[in-house]
Amino acid sequence: MAGDTPQPTGSGRRVKITQESVVTAIAALLFVVFSIFLNNFLTQGNILALLKNVAILGTLATGMGFIVVGRGIDLTMVAVMVVGVAFAIWLTTLGQGFFGAIVIGGGLVTACGLVTGLLIAVAEIPPIFATLAMASVIYGGGRVAFSSDVLYAPANVAWLSFIGSGTFLGLPASVAIFLALAALVAAFLRLTRFGRFVYATGDNPHAARTMGLPTRPVLVAQYIVAALIAYLAGILLTGLVSSINTRLYNSTLIYDVLLVVVLGGISLSGGQGGVRNVLVGTVLVGILINGMTILNFSYTSQNLIKSVILLAALALDAAINPRDEQTSQSGDI
Amino acid sequence: MSLTDTFVRLRYRLLPDHVFGEILTKKWVDSAIPFFALVLMIAIFGPIVPRFFEFGTLSILSGELAELGLVVLGLAVVMISGGIDLSVGSTYALAVTAALYGMNVLGLSLPAGLALTLAVGAACGAVNGFLVGVLRMRAFLTTLVTLIIGRSIFDIVFPKISTDIVMNAPNSPAYDVLGMGHLAGLPVSFWGMAAIALALHVVLSRGRYGWRLLAVGGARRSAHNAGIHVRRTVFSAYVLCSVLVALGGFLFAARIGSAASDIGAGLELQALTATVLGGISLGGGRGSVAKALMGTVFVLILSSALLALAIPGPVNQLLLGLVLVAAVFLDVRWVKNRHKLLRAVYISPTFAKLPEAIPTDSGVMQPNDRLRAAEPIGLGIMDGAEDVIFDRDDNLYTGSRDGDIVRWFAPDYTRHEIFAHTGGAPQGMTFDAEGNMAVCVGGMGLYQVTPGGEVRLLTAETNRSWTSVADDSVMKLADDCDILPDGRIIFSEATVRFEMHDWYADALESRGNGRLIIYDPRTKATCTVLGDLVFPNGVCTSYDGVSVLFAESWGCRINRYYYAGPKKGRMERVIEGLPGYPDNINRASDGNYWLALMGARTPALDLALEMPGFRRRMARRVSQDAWLMPNLNTGCVLKFNEQGEILESYWDLGGTRHPMITSMREHRGALYLCGIFNNRMGRLALPQADQSWCGVDTYWGAK
Repeated sequence: MAGDTPQPTGSGRRVKITQESVVTAIAALLFVVFSIFLNNFLTQGNILALLKNVAILGTLATGMGFIVVGRGIDLTMVAVMVVGVAFAIWLTTLGQGFFGAIVIGGGLVTACGLVTGLLIAVAEIPPIFATLAMASVIYGGGRVAFSSDVLYAPANVAWLSFIGSGTFLGLPASVAIFLALAALVAAFLRLTRFGRFVYATGDNPHAARTMGLPTRPVLVAQYIVAALIAYLAGILLTGLVSSINTRLYNSTLIYDVLLVVVLGGISLSGGQGGVRNVLVGTVLVGILINGMTILNFSYTSQNLIKSVILLAALALDAAINPRDEQTSQSGDI
Repeated sequence: MSLTDTFVRLRYRLLPDHVFGEILTKKWVDSAIPFFALVLMIAIFGPIVPRFFEFGTLSILSGELAELGLVVLGLAVVMISGGIDLSVGSTYALAVTAALYGMNVLGLSLPAGLALTLAVGAACGAVNGFLVGVLRMRAFLTTLVTLIIGRSIFDIVFPKISTDIVMNAPNSPAYDVLGMGHLAGLPVSFWGMAAIALALHVVLSRGRYGWRLLAVGGARRSAHNAGIHVRRTVFSAYVLCSVLVALGGFLFAARIGSAASDIGAGLELQALTATVLGGISLGGGRGSVAKALMGTVFVLILSSALLALAIPGPVNQLLLGLVLVAAVFLDVRWVKNRHKLLRAVYISPTFAKLPEAIPTDSGVMQPNDRLRAAEPIGLGIMDGAEDVIFDRDDNLYTGSRDGDIVRWFAPDYTRHEIFAHTGGAPQGMTFDAEGNMAVCVGGMGLYQVTPGGEVRLLTAETNRSWTSVADDSVMKLADDCDILPDGRIIFSEATVRFEMHDWYADALESRGNGRLIIYDPRTKATCTVLGDLVFPNGVCTSYDGVSVLFAESWGCRINRYYYAGPKKGRMERVIEGLPGYPDNINRASDGNYWLALMGARTPALDLALEMPGFRRRMARRVSQDAWLMPNLNTGCVLKFNEQGEILESYWDLGGTRHPMITSMREHRGALYLCGIFNNRMGRLALPQADQSWCGVDTYWGAK
């Protein structure tokens, strides 16, 4: 990576239409259309609500994007998010201080990510399969432990209420935290050696391994990081609504996250895209969900519309980035 | 023989460990692990769950088995084709809705309602099939999304018609029988599922469609290259899956008569667990109906046992998830490591103590350099000539590594042409009275080549022995043949356990893996006449007219088998304790026999043959090129008489020209030498021999 890449010369250089720019254009268009035709869209309250919703979705999508770049997928994120935070809150009901409980919850979440990562990296179970099953295991385990679906955060924790209602440089604190995380992950992916490893592993796992990259530790670390990011999203959510509803696991939130990532232009075949794609995807999906809510679409029809869009995005991804038969693994379905 | 030797010999005779390797090569081994898991499961939960073994419980279970079984069978079809269908849960829900609406609200007849339901299923399958099969999208994620879409449609449609469904009753007696009726104590729906499973089994294991499905799942690209329409096949798999799922939904509707809003929720995980537990691999190409049904029974018993034990739902879900992870883990590991395990256990050496070798430091066997005088034929051209033979016109024939039979023209054998192409590894050759050549082709069987060069299969299959685990009816390494005076062809098959290029593994085993086979051209019957031979190699009819002589290479001995006469069917030892590994035997002009030793015995391997455990450890731990192997660098030709006395020997001690010798043939006062690893053939003049002797003429009579 030390050598400079030769600049294309000659007059044949054209403006390349990337998925990222198309999505940005659509998001802008949608924003304009909604602003003009929807009465309550361009109000301060709605924009604030939009941004706060986007913060959760974006945080989760950053974690998911981090995984997808390495040719993985993590369907455990929502389960980790709700169970991790619920566990921490449950600890406070046993008399544990809130901050301490959050740290212990972080330990649990790390363990979940470690197990998932080991299943994928060492046991070589296809990631989508391992995470689907692990999601069921994590959520089942959580449900066994907590008697109620909704756990309320302890009142008067200053920093938690700051996340919910505070502002930082004019931005809601949750949005600022999301942006900070995005910047951190972007810097990590682009500037560190580990980030390069993630891209290399995603591009061609066999080649990366043959070259001597520590692909297994990289994979495990990725899933641990994703689990921690999911946990952070859970804390943001708790700050916003002062409680965590474990039933969120049964919603289609994880598919919204996938929608953000795939729509944003991170190919599921790995090795491409970055945090910028997550940002534009988040904005588009956020606007879409917000608009549909204002239009008073039912929950079910929203699901239907989002799923159809996701399907279309997946079809587009399959057409643009066809699967490479040489590097796809057996059972990678 | 010492006591230890006797003990070791008995241990290897009584505990035939080669059977383990042969069991592992069987296709049904894949099903063995799920089967034992199922048995274990029943053994654990049977006594715990109250009234588990009573007929009533089983009857109810079999009704549920019919519905879940159809779903699992559908999923199995898709998984065999290399995909996955997670949308079965919502397809099921939509099918149940369609069935209830058709039968209860519209009051359709059974065939019409069934057609409606299956059409809904087929439509769902067509969507999946189009996306995954034709657009080549990722099956897992795509069907996960179609699962949500299907579920959303169900959530929108179902509340609108649920009241109508409850308010009306179906108007079809046949439908009631399907839901409630029993036949021989079991629900009608169960028998329907059994019939479909049987039909699907026949299609998958014997039908053209099933084979295509397996081919596409096993290797998509190869299937495409083989001319299979891959996209259409994958598409059809999804449609078939959804139709089966819809049928399951129809049976459910008939049995229950109503539906809740959570119908089919989580069904995909249950069905997936069942298929993976049954041993149907993710990634495709492996699976069967029996596996799918075993997995179904497992999941059904597990979930109903948990239900009977009053275990709360979340724990249930947790357990199912854990079982799924464990099953996938085992499956991935099994598929990946099965061949490694097979490699580790397949080679199973046995106790094979050789008698003391005939001394070579003095007497007739003393090494000499008489073969050095041989003039080369085809130097640098010949490659892989195992045997040599002459026709009545003095032309010379040899095999080659490319699978050809090469004809070298008399008188000087400098010109050659490809006489015939067999495609395998031509080994021993012989001519019959009409001038047709019979040739043993390694890897293929016994073939005939007409004087015009046309290759015909004589036999590639013999009777399967009752006690063998592996299918020993196929021929792996037909080695040398001769034709009895009555026209029957007797030939040796060196080993039934290894391919030709793994000959050294057979040497390491030194077990009686080979056999003598007789093929009768009149009846076209093939029959194994003698088994348990240690790498039987050269075969030559004796002058006595009732027996053949044959060599057992790794046994270092020559035997006589009586095919006629008073001793018919019996075997006698002729020579024992040869100093090397005997190969082909052929007649000499003076009424004796020529015998080729392809290599000489070495003390290290001789000692190792008495230590089977040592050889097994070597096979497992040391790479193949470092194994102890028979030394094939010093061969010789020797002459022996009918009584088995060795008369003379011809060596090339430095191995400069003919290091290994696999065959030799006397023809008109000269001896022609072949070695499969040599780059030439040798012609050694025999001044004392009959200068006009031709093997074919003397055996069949001159023309």
